[in-house]
Amino acid sequence: MVQHHQTHVNASFAALADATRRGVLEQLAHADASITDLADRFDMTLTGMKKHVGVLELAGLVATEKVGRVRTCRIGPCRLEEEMTWISRYREVWDARFDALDRVVDELKRKDTLRHQKKSRTP
Amino acid sequence: MNKRTTVQRTSDREVVVTRTVDAPARLVFAAWTKADLFKQWWVPKSMGMTLRSCDLDVRVGGGYRLVFGADPAHTMAFFGKYLEVVPTSRLVWTNEESGDAGPVTTLTLDEKDGKTLIVLTERYPTKEALDAAGTGAQDAMHETFGQLDELLVTLGATAG
Repeated sequence: MVQHHQTHVNASFAALADATRRGVLEQLAHADASITDLADRFDMTLTGMKKHVGVLELAGLVATEKVGRVRTCRIGPCRLEEEMTWISRYREVWDARFDALDRVVDELKRKDTLRHQKKSRTP
Repeated sequence: MNKRTTVQRTSDREVVVTRTVDAPARLVFAAWTKADLFKQWWVPKSMGMTLRSCDLDVRVGGGYRLVFGADPAHTMAFFGKYLEVVPTSRLVWTNEESGDAGPVTTLTLDEKDGKTLIVLTERYPTKEALDAAGTGAQDAMHETFGQLDELLVTLGATAG
C-alpha cells in the first residue's frame, strides 16, 4: 500500500516536471481535446505530443479514448491532492521561516540606516 | 513586492524553495551565517520547537549543530557541514542527522535593486528520502497549525 502510494506520487511528479505537460493539463481542465488539437496548440509534432500524453496517462493524470481515428484526451482519474498536501506542508515550514527572516533582516536594515545617519552627522 | 514562498519539486529527488526579501544580499547572508541572528528566525514560534543551542562554523569543511528540545533530557540534534561558502551569494551544506538519507542544501542569494532573491535547493540521495521529508519533521509543524486552526474555530464559535 505504502509502496504503491509512493510510486504513484513519483509518477505524478515526473509527469508534472515538464512545462508542456502542465500546459496540457491546464488545457484539458477547460475542455477535452484530441492529440492533434493539443499538438497544434503547443506547436509540436504529433509524435512529441503523443509522448507527453503517454507520460500523463501513466501517472493517471490524463485518460484517453480512441473513437474512429481520433484519440480524445481528458483529465484522468488521479486526483492531485496528495501532491498538493506534500507541497503545502513543505511550504508552511519555509513560509514561517522566511516571515521570521524578514523581521531579522528588517532589524539589520534599521541598524544600518542608523549607523549611516550617525556617520554623516559626525563632523 | 511578491512575498510568496514558492515550493516546486523539480525532479523526483529535488525540491526548490524561493522567496524574495526586501534587503541586500549581505544582510540575508549575515542572517544565515551568524548564530545570534540565525537562531532568531530558523525556528519560528509556530514550529513549536525550542532551539537550545546553535553553533555555526561557517567555512568550507566547518560544521554546524542545532540542538532542539524543551527538556534537557530529551534533545534532538541537527548537524552537518558546509561544502561551499561564497560570502553574500552562496552556501552549500549537508544534513547528516538522518545518516545517508539527508539532503545537500544549496542556498543562492541574487541581489537586484536592493532586493534579494533566495533560491534554496534540497537535493536528496533518493526519491524515497524526499517523499519522506514531506511527512517527517514537517508533520509536527502541520499539527501545530492544525491546533491553531481548531482554536480559532472555537474562539470564532464562542464570539458568534
